[in-house]
Amino acid sequence: MKTFKIGGVHPQENKLSAGSKIQKVALPTQAIIPLDQHLGAPATPIVTVGDTVKVGQLIATATGFISANVHASVSGKVTKIDTFVDAWGKRSPAITIDVEGDEWADDIITSKEINRICKLSKEEIITKIKKAGIVGLGGACFPTHIKLTPPPGKTAEVLIINAVECEPYLTCDHQLMMEHGEEIFIGISILMKALGVQKTIVGIENNKKDAIDYFQKLANRHFGIEVVSLKTCYPQGGEKQLIDALIGRQVPSGALPIEVGAVVQNVATTFAVYEAIQKNKPLIERVMTVTGKNVKNPGNFAIRFGTPLTAVVEMAGGIPENTGKIIGGGPMMGRAHMTIDVPASKRTSGLLFMTKEESVRKEPQNCIRCAKCISACPMGLEPYLLMSLSERGMYEELEKNGIMDCIECGCCLFSCPSYRPLLDYVRQGKAAVGNIIRARNAKK
Amino acid sequence: MNIIVLSLIVLGVLGCLASVVLFLVARKFNVEEDPRIDLVEEALPSANCGGCGFAGCRNFAEACVNADSLDNLNCPVGGTSTMTKVGEILGLTANATDPMVAVVRCNGSHKNCQRTNTYDGAKNCAIANSLYIGETDCSFGCLGFGDCVTACLFDAIHINPETGLPEVDEDKCTACGTCVKACPKGIIELRKKGPKNRRIFVSCMNKDKDGIARKACSVACIGCGKCVKECQFDAITIENNLAYIDFTKCRLCRKCVDVCPTGSIHELNFPPRKKQEAVPETEEIKTIKIEDLSESND
Repeated sequence: MKTFKIGGVHPQENKLSAGSKIQKVALPTQAIIPLDQHLGAPATPIVTVGDTVKVGQLIATATGFISANVHASVSGKVTKIDTFVDAWGKRSPAITIDVEGDEWADDIITSKEINRICKLSKEEIITKIKKAGIVGLGGACFPTHIKLTPPPGKTAEVLIINAVECEPYLTCDHQLMMEHGEEIFIGISILMKALGVQKTIVGIENNKKDAIDYFQKLANRHFGIEVVSLKTCYPQGGEKQLIDALIGRQVPSGALPIEVGAVVQNVATTFAVYEAIQKNKPLIERVMTVTGKNVKNPGNFAIRFGTPLTAVVEMAGGIPENTGKIIGGGPMMGRAHMTIDVPASKRTSGLLFMTKEESVRKEPQNCIRCAKCISACPMGLEPYLLMSLSERGMYEELEKNGIMDCIECGCCLFSCPSYRPLLDYVRQGKAAVGNIIRARNAKK
Repeated sequence: MNIIVLSLIVLGVLGCLASVVLFLVARKFNVEEDPRIDLVEEALPSANCGGCGFAGCRNFAEACVNADSLDNLNCPVGGTSTMTKVGEILGLTANATDPMVAVVRCNGSHKNCQRTNTYDGAKNCAIANSLYIGETDCSFGCLGFGDCVTACLFDAIHINPETGLPEVDEDKCTACGTCVKACPKGIIELRKKGPKNRRIFVSCMNKDKDGIARKACSVACIGCGKCVKECQFDAITIENNLAYIDFTKCRLCRKCVDVCPTGSIHELNFPPRKKQEAVPETEEIKTIKIEDLSESND
């Protein structure tokens, strides 16, 4: 069975919410819509306080090249254009809307009927995706339209759909695939047209047997789409790992997947593309998982952006007793929240309630040179070395040792028997080296 | 006997030859270097701290020798006395500089600033700061993991376990500025040491609005502007809800300390106030003021 070649770990899967139907979260009374929901510069608001907006109306436009549009996910009156305190205590810009009814913009088709025919041209599709503010829903939130426009001189040969969902606990993509498989395949066809590729490979990990069977069946009806079952291994959802696993090509250091002729899109993004192109519905909601060993009703929830996470937690049975940490995202790459009184955004893939026992980080011991972190690193780096270099601020050496290739997956930290804070320091070093490189490029 | 004499002669001749070769090579490859560089370097404190902006004392000495004037060159560790010595060696006049000292501008101790969460990641301020605002609700305050302590080459700054805040040892601090660069929150500032080490400064960096700042920390500067009105020397400015005392203008009259409703303006090394009885009175006034303000906030 296929998988990527270097490193990787296999944490306990704990897919507690697998198979639970996607439930819609009720509309809030007030929605705080963050403007910084994507990689790059926050969007610029184009509404003013007192304006009445409809669901799906554009409220903020992309600032600069790497940025994305933000749409109203509720209807009502704009009451504030200010900052809000996010889950990590930092202030970032947001538009607050007081919800009145649920009135959708006129051009959005709200019926659930599946529309299979797309007559738009390549350019029209990309423009429409850009307008709909679609970003990669896998976690990094990179604007999708940029991925669909390869730089001059490069052509895409194959489209890869990331349906591996390698993070433990998370099941939102899995459930979306089971409930909206047909739409996802139409989305894939649209993306193939936009990229001008003839071949698509959908990678699914073999812990989702039902999804593999269902997608195989659907793939038989579509031309050029192949479904490949992959051995369960974290971090298979990383772009470079997935390309390696599926087509056996290695993306060079510092390069993008397009260098080896591949474009990777998340399966949830594909569904968003379908909705944007066929239903004119911009990206205003997503599916997220609320889970944890002590959570009463772990499940998958469709949540409009701007809805406070407290609402979805209530649906899942409230904050369980003995909660030590609340993690936004999966347990491997997610970040602990200070509070859950924050709005959902394009980034919110899950909320994980860890018990006190699970969440405690053990006291770090000395490095015993066992090299487990080196075996685990999917990028072939030496995390123990990067950590000590970062600790000492030796940034030139860090750059030489390839710190910028680190995908911050956390395999090193997971595998360390001495509980050393490897990723903490590597991430810090990567940020510092990144700043140095940016300053150097700016000088040139 | 012969062997001894022979070996002595052979070794002696070899030694002489080698010395001639070495002498010639030394002549041939001699690098002309200003002898004053060594002299200047000797006069410097040899701390190699980088506080002057150069990589080490040697580089700084070279820069001094090559410079036409010592206006832009200053060794913060040695201070005026060292720079005068350097000036004497080079025949230049060194500007007198005020001795400086590092000042921690945060008073968010365990008592004053409630810890609302626990951080269990790597004990490093830069790492914690890149993740989130820290263990308190104040996003500007000290994180307390001691990046400044690790950075200090002079053992002059330590975390007080009781307050959780760094404290500067005035005698050891050389104002090299390493801790200033190390602090990710930019809390530490180099300020004039002041006559008899007396200093007045705003011990807060919180730029949030009144209510938010006070909710996070009981001794936060709320930007009320009372100190600005009180100051007769225009030394205090308020920007982004935060007061700042310009140490070049401050005359150390201590009036701002008295009017501050939250007690965020600190005085250091001053003798106790003359009117002993007046102290509780002002305390009372302070508490009343705090209540008044918080009511008006709600």
